[in-house]
Amino acid sequence: MRVNFTVNGRPREADDVWEGESLLYVLRERLGLPGSKNACEQGECGSCTVRLDGVPVCACLVAAGQAEGREVVTVEGLADYARQRAQGGCAAGACGTSLQDGRHRPAEGTGTGSQAGEGTELSPVQQAFIDAGAVQCGFCTPGLLVASDELLERNPNPTDADIREALSGNLCRCTGYEKIMDAVRLAAARQSEGV
Amino acid sequence: MQAEGAPTKITQGSRTKGGIGESTLRPDGTLKVTGEFAYSSDMWHEDMLWGQILRSTVAHAEIVSIDTGEALATPGVYAVLTYDDLPTDVRNYGLEIQDTPVLAHGKVRHHGEPVALVAADHPETARRAAAKIKVEYRELPVITDEKSAVAPDAVLVHENRDDHHIGHVPHPNIVHRQPIVRGNVDEARRRADVIVEGEYTFGMQDQAFLGPESGLAVPEEDGGVHLYIATQWLHSDLRQIAPVLGLPEKKVRMTLSGVGGAFGGREDLSMQIHACLLALRTGKPVKIVYNRFESFFGHVHRHPAKLHYEHGATKDGKLTHMKCRIVLDGGAYASASPAVVGNASSLSAGPYVVDDVDIEAIALYTNNPPCGAMRGFGAVQACFAYEAQMDKLAKKLGMDPVEFRRLNAMEQGTLMPTGQPVDSPAPVAELLRRVKAMPLPPERQWESSEGADVRQLPGGLSNTTHGEGVVRGVGYAVGIKNVGFSEGFDDYSTAKVRMEVVGGEPVATVHTAMAEVGQGGVTVHAQIARTELGVTRVTIHPADTQVGSAGSTSASRQTYVTGGAVKNACELVREKVLEIGRRKFGSYHPAWATAELLLEGGKVVTDGGEILGDLADVLEDEAVEVEEEWRHRPTEAFDLRTGQGNGHVQYSFAAHRAVVEVDTELGLVKVIELACAQDVGKALNPLSVIGQIQGGTTQGLGVAVMEEIIVDPKTAKVRNPSFTDYLIPTILDTPTIPVDVLELADEHAPYGLRGVGEAPTLSSTPAVLAAIRNATGLALDRTPVRPEHLTGTA
Repeated sequence: MRVNFTVNGRPREADDVWEGESLLYVLRERLGLPGSKNACEQGECGSCTVRLDGVPVCACLVAAGQAEGREVVTVEGLADYARQRAQGGCAAGACGTSLQDGRHRPAEGTGTGSQAGEGTELSPVQQAFIDAGAVQCGFCTPGLLVASDELLERNPNPTDADIREALSGNLCRCTGYEKIMDAVRLAAARQSEGV
Repeated sequence: MQAEGAPTKITQGSRTKGGIGESTLRPDGTLKVTGEFAYSSDMWHEDMLWGQILRSTVAHAEIVSIDTGEALATPGVYAVLTYDDLPTDVRNYGLEIQDTPVLAHGKVRHHGEPVALVAADHPETARRAAAKIKVEYRELPVITDEKSAVAPDAVLVHENRDDHHIGHVPHPNIVHRQPIVRGNVDEARRRADVIVEGEYTFGMQDQAFLGPESGLAVPEEDGGVHLYIATQWLHSDLRQIAPVLGLPEKKVRMTLSGVGGAFGGREDLSMQIHACLLALRTGKPVKIVYNRFESFFGHVHRHPAKLHYEHGATKDGKLTHMKCRIVLDGGAYASASPAVVGNASSLSAGPYVVDDVDIEAIALYTNNPPCGAMRGFGAVQACFAYEAQMDKLAKKLGMDPVEFRRLNAMEQGTLMPTGQPVDSPAPVAELLRRVKAMPLPPERQWESSEGADVRQLPGGLSNTTHGEGVVRGVGYAVGIKNVGFSEGFDDYSTAKVRMEVVGGEPVATVHTAMAEVGQGGVTVHAQIARTELGVTRVTIHPADTQVGSAGSTSASRQTYVTGGAVKNACELVREKVLEIGRRKFGSYHPAWATAELLLEGGKVVTDGGEILGDLADVLEDEAVEVEEEWRHRPTEAFDLRTGQGNGHVQYSFAAHRAVVEVDTELGLVKVIELACAQDVGKALNPLSVIGQIQGGTTQGLGVAVMEEIIVDPKTAKVRNPSFTDYLIPTILDTPTIPVDVLELADEHAPYGLRGVGEAPTLSSTPAVLAAIRNATGLALDRTPVRPEHLTGTA
């Protein structure tokens, strides 16, 4: 079958999709967007978290056909999505609290600039994950970024308990979660300071 | 047509010096947060096929017949391979003992053993075709524990063993046995005022790295194959893969793809040979990606263990002796079992002074899932048991458990049970003091003016208690782990470093075969190059087999050994650069000949700080390149009878304090805080060091209260191969982890550093167990602890 839907603000079309294919498979294998990850493919790990009409879902549990005519945001589109939201636009679904301008920053930490990322514009949550040391192997990172961004969209000043609850569907095996907590706190603080 | 997702060079600059000791950020960080970093499962190639493995549905059986006809006739299927299709006489592989069949030959020895391979144009077609392969099994009795393994009529898991351990093991179903005897336990026991014994059980833990086993094999025009793969050691894989394919090693090119965690689970081969076989058979690129269910069958696990300990102490609290027997279940194939036995035995006394010991460790061959390397590697199981013993002794003596440990703590100069002196700082007492001195989290944090916040309580949002039946406990533990490969292994690493001027600026390129699995080795390599070569920009070349071996990303060794190799290669490059400078400019300034020269800030400077020239002017269009192997101090094998020998390179120490709250009515545990103090010698990257400690601590927490692969004792079949049934800690299960990092240099190691990754995984588990015992008063001699163990309903 053919599936038409919007991915990261662009209309996309996938052909020859077998009815049993998941949204995750179509994103990764047919649309060249492997950023959403395949750690369990059974809805337990959250590494494939994407926004479907604004709602965070496990893309592995969504049949590709269910995405027909809908809007999907993946980690690849997170920076644009955050920028449009900050500018008052709305890439997909409900925008929630409008975020401050200037949340968008180039990919440079306090001490290091990566040439590989020079010129790459990142969302505040993406930058905070790098700065706080929340990325090790990075396989859980795309799902955590989408989930964290969604949390900060609806709750700009989350308590620690709020963060833990919002991210409880995302497994990480490397970090022990402490630096992930730091990253979300950092993104929230920068956001409230308007930097 | 290129493979999409092949790794590229990453160049990282720095606004600060960006050298060692700074928390520089990961060079691959931006790629990882944008989704652009290509993991092995992200590889893609035009016209590629998907590989699928058919695995045994029973644990131990003869294969009567395999019928592949229907599978082969399925539209979209390109190949179906069984044992009979293997191209050469080399049909087994293995890390140390080549006992693992690439595809089952007449027999399967564990549940989930690979039996046949399918390549098809869609992964679902491949799965369905594999399901059409008819395998007839004739089941054999299963060996599942020591009793069944060494019974007089026991079936041999491997007939006709000819490995180098068979000569010294008491039974062919024992892979390896290592005794260690020092002093005289019988005499020492007479001095003991108290003696405690314990029988402990450690469950089977899974590495549960998130990136599944996966890779892409691309056939090459010369008849060879290029494998893009997630592994811990490219050259070890290569050595095992090439003979099975019947290819010389130079025709098997290996490139490291993005690795989604490892923790020991990628030391053994998984789908590497299978993908190459299918690619060479079909002439097309073949991608294999396990799902989580298959991943539980596709890699070895942490050895489950039974440990029997006896300790004695005098009434003033000094250890007199220790006897222990550690039985590790190695499962159906040897994997790393012999080395795990070496570790478990040699580290079984823990970080304590005890001169009279009688130790035995063995690993069994059984029909349970194969077990091998996992973070902590044999030392984890021992630490769980000896730390329980320390608490028992302290209690019997009426002493504080931390004071009792400090009284017996080893220090620099202490002899290990192997007779090896610990010849660098061993701040065991200090780590305990520090972890105890950290402020305790406040009691009853869940209370608020609006009632109990159930999120802070055992059971969480399940709303099982508002504080009724909840008791708090505090527990301590400390452990010792070796760093680097031991027992005489030639544990070298290779680094190739190049320096040249690009765009008017000196740039260093570091090329190693080190597997970056998330630990941050690439970050550290760039830091070392900046420190040694005085450059800002460093390019990290993708890891591949076009450079010499970097050894394994295992045993907490990469920063030490490959870091040491990078440092050494940088020093050699620096010498060559200075030689060029002396040749060009030596006649202009006497300091070129007389002073100690350094490279700093892109310039050649004297140790007095005088600038002699720009690196750009020294090098001009010349490039300086060095590839060199580097070795740490050699080690020795352990004597097979006495266990004596200088077997280890370096030791690493961590201590934990756990604070738990237990709902005693439902048996639910909430870990409130898990504080750690660790000596790291020198923190090359403090942010990464803390990340390693917190991550290791959390894996220890997992096996304390939730993680266990359940194997049916009657059938040896795995009951819970999924993240629905095998639970790893979520962010809700994981407490705050305050970390106190001590830096006491080891003069034998580069920059004085000490391997970091594993030690925190040791003491975390027994600290949590001690805290639960402290809260409940229960003995708890097994891990993980489940609710039924706390409510008396087990």
